Amino acid sequence: MNRIENVSRRGFLTGMVSAGAFVLGAQFVPEALYGAPSGTAAPEVGGGPAGYPAGDPVGATAFHPNVFVGLEPDGTVVIVAHRSEMGTGSRTSLPRIVADEMEADWSRVRIVQAIGDDKYGGQDTDGSHSVRSFFDDMRQCGATARVMLVQAAAVQWNVPVAECEASPRPHVVIHRPTGPTVGYGELAATAAKLPVPSKDSLKFKPRSEWRYIGKDAAIYDLEDICTGRAGYGMDAHLDGMLYASVEHPPVLGGKVDSLDDSDALKVPGVRQTIAIDPFKPPHAFQPLGGVAVIADNTWAAFQGRQKLKIKWDNGDNASFDSDVYRKELEQTVRRPCKVAWNRGDVDAEFARGGKVLEAGYYVPLLAHASMEPPVAVADYRDGRVEAWAPAQDPQSVQETVGKVVGIPKENVICHVTLLGGGFGRKSKPDFVAEAAVLSKKTGRPVKVVWSREDDIKFDYYHTVAATYMKATLGAHGMPTAWLQRSAFPPIGSTFELNNTYGSGGELGMGWTDTPFVIPNFRAENGPAVAHVRIGWLRSVANIYHAFSVQSFAAELAHAAGRDQLEYLLALIGPDRVIDKKDLGADYDNMGADYKDYPVDTARLRRVTEVAAEQAGWGKRKLGAGQGIGIAAHRSFVTYVATVVQVEMDKQGKVRIGRVDTAVDTGTVVNPDSVRNQMEGAAVFATSLAKYGEITATNGAIDQGNFQDYPMCRINEAPREIHVHIVESDAPPAGVGEPAVPPFAPALCNAIFMATGKRVRELPLTRSGLA
Amino acid sequence: MIQLQVNGIPRSFGGDPQMPLMWYLRDELGLTGAKFGCGVGLCGSCVVHQNGAAVRSCMTPMSAAAGAEIVTIEGLGTGHAGGLHPVQKAWMAHNVPQCGYCQAGQIMQAAALLKSAPHPTDADIDQGMAGNICRCGTYQRIRAAIKAAAAGEVV
Repeated sequence: MNRIENVSRRGFLTGMVSAGAFVLGAQFVPEALYGAPSGTAAPEVGGGPAGYPAGDPVGATAFHPNVFVGLEPDGTVVIVAHRSEMGTGSRTSLPRIVADEMEADWSRVRIVQAIGDDKYGGQDTDGSHSVRSFFDDMRQCGATARVMLVQAAAVQWNVPVAECEASPRPHVVIHRPTGPTVGYGELAATAAKLPVPSKDSLKFKPRSEWRYIGKDAAIYDLEDICTGRAGYGMDAHLDGMLYASVEHPPVLGGKVDSLDDSDALKVPGVRQTIAIDPFKPPHAFQPLGGVAVIADNTWAAFQGRQKLKIKWDNGDNASFDSDVYRKELEQTVRRPCKVAWNRGDVDAEFARGGKVLEAGYYVPLLAHASMEPPVAVADYRDGRVEAWAPAQDPQSVQETVGKVVGIPKENVICHVTLLGGGFGRKSKPDFVAEAAVLSKKTGRPVKVVWSREDDIKFDYYHTVAATYMKATLGAHGMPTAWLQRSAFPPIGSTFELNNTYGSGGELGMGWTDTPFVIPNFRAENGPAVAHVRIGWLRSVANIYHAFSVQSFAAELAHAAGRDQLEYLLALIGPDRVIDKKDLGADYDNMGADYKDYPVDTARLRRVTEVAAEQAGWGKRKLGAGQGIGIAAHRSFVTYVATVVQVEMDKQGKVRIGRVDTAVDTGTVVNPDSVRNQMEGAAVFATSLAKYGEITATNGAIDQGNFQDYPMCRINEAPREIHVHIVESDAPPAGVGEPAVPPFAPALCNAIFMATGKRVRELPLTRSGLA
Repeated sequence: MIQLQVNGIPRSFGGDPQMPLMWYLRDELGLTGAKFGCGVGLCGSCVVHQNGAAVRSCMTPMSAAAGAEIVTIEGLGTGHAGGLHPVQKAWMAHNVPQCGYCQAGQIMQAAALLKSAPHPTDADIDQGMAGNICRCGTYQRIRAAIKAAAAGEVV
């Protein structure tokens, strides 16, 4: 099904490479979609796989290359990055896979960022699957280019192709019997005329000869970032552009009742105000509505906004109060809910009596707070929009902007800048649509800049969740029955009215795949109505699921009088690959093929053992106020275990000392990137565990900036983070997200050991521990 | 008219004297290295040097920059070998950035810290860098890079 064509003469990369370049275009169709009827695109909610857009004639006669490799006559290799770069390093990792198989010299590789276009397949950079989904495709592309360059050398030298090869020195082909070499660039013109070899004829490099895969590499944009030259959405600029700042309705679904902009218009530099229509439910990615102040610079727009006098009609969500709502969620999970996964009969087992434990856990709404707030430049002209944005999903920009300004999505060009953090927020292009609307109304390019307050008050929040856990203990204190119930307003509420239950995707993130050996097990999910926009945030539903499961496991260990590590390993049980039919019915495995990425308890056990061993579990005598805790969780088809060591200070606040994170993410492309992501996840999770909480009063969000939505800073970050990569030949898995979920439960398990106090709600500020 | 120097170039500004230096640098001069992160001096993404000291350019009105010598990330490496300040080299040697958005501010803050504490202790680094948020969480590498720059490992 995969097709690679020589498109050197077909102008696919016009403007990106010169006319004389050798260009391969490759069309890869996600295997899961082979034979899928038109209109059954894979789900994208919750970080699903790269779905082909509905209705696109996949595999039909049209050739839609989605991966490009070009070779200039001067030897420069041009590789198109079709995923967005938000700090996880895929813009570097994917091209290195191509370059490795191509035997290209990495220092001569130039990366060109793709615009949003259906031809690339799904571009939504989420779900930690860029490397997983494109590893094989990138290798095939690189191998094809290499084989064709070797053939080109044979043609130029007029020798048998078997006498030529592309190694060991990169970027040249050598004639083995006589020794001369020819550089890749000199072969471009000849290669451009050659037919493409079939996949079957390609010889892939053995793992032992990988040049870049598995080796540490600096990210491609490193020097630009360190010198201030890197271009983020915030840095986008068009000549003649105006600047806009938007006052949004404070409550979701609110509308302008009356507006007095007379004082705003007096601010020097302010040109006009423009009303943006409220969305039509469901809100999806539409702009929230409100009033935009248009000015000559950002500062004037911000100042003008301060002077707006708006009376709002707040609508139905004005009744939303997060404290009251929490109680409702907690009541929901105390009653029977919808069964998502069942094994055996927990009710019968509970009825037999014995030692029963119950606990309720709570994780509040969270905001993404990427360092770069939402920002975009759009230029509407003659029925077309050209946009520059830090977009995780440029095709979603096309679709949303098209709908909102009333043009076909093909008439929307989305240039993808670097993202100053994304964490899931920037998959939702409401802010780009605002810029497009305002450009259409002003007839000028417009840059919309969200303030930090806008970012925190008008996010697509990580959902609030309450859970209820119940277990009964049998021989050796091991559970004979385990019940877990959750209720949270689901991500689906953003796209569909009256959507109140967790999707299979959300529940599959650590709720319907709990890999414990317990004969009677039931996972349930209850309904919850959303009153704010709900979206996916780094690690998504795994955060509250892992917090509940891994905390409760430690509670059982304590009740059983057993060591937490030893008990966790006993729960994981004997090494086995769990049959997919034994998981929850809707279990989607993040879109990964289950035969390549099954739930393998041996791998979960191994990371648990490695993290514990490296942390010196049980080897060190802990003093008063010191504690150590562990948690292990599989998410994004990667296995992570984290050990956190803490010490309580004189004020009773927690200090995080050493963290040991062991990760098995299959084949690793850039180990340094993996370490960086694991280190960063510990800090990201420290923020959410210690401080992360968004609350609402009368439907309006209470927090607004880093004084009331604080972030972990350098002085309170874990003192040492040690990352242990468990070597594996398994196919590559997710890296950006999976180290977040186990951190908070490991931390709280450590706090329990240090203080005897069991934390069942986040953040720790609620318990006076942070 | 407010007169100032930015990266060694004399500039004059006739707009709102209350406009923060950050927006002047970004919107008027096109020097976009200093980033907008919070607008209230809580994150440090906008740090530049004013007469050699680290300042939050989002909280520095143009009136307070009158007569000042401003250096931004774009000018930090001027006069150094390879056009890179030792702190920038250390950042690169340690592959510090992830998304990179906060790093210009981090680097400017670290360069100022090393002027006042050429061999900073962990406590000095905690104190000097606690005003700069990195949402990606690269603090461990930031700490290592500052120590490497201080030790002259990357000149």
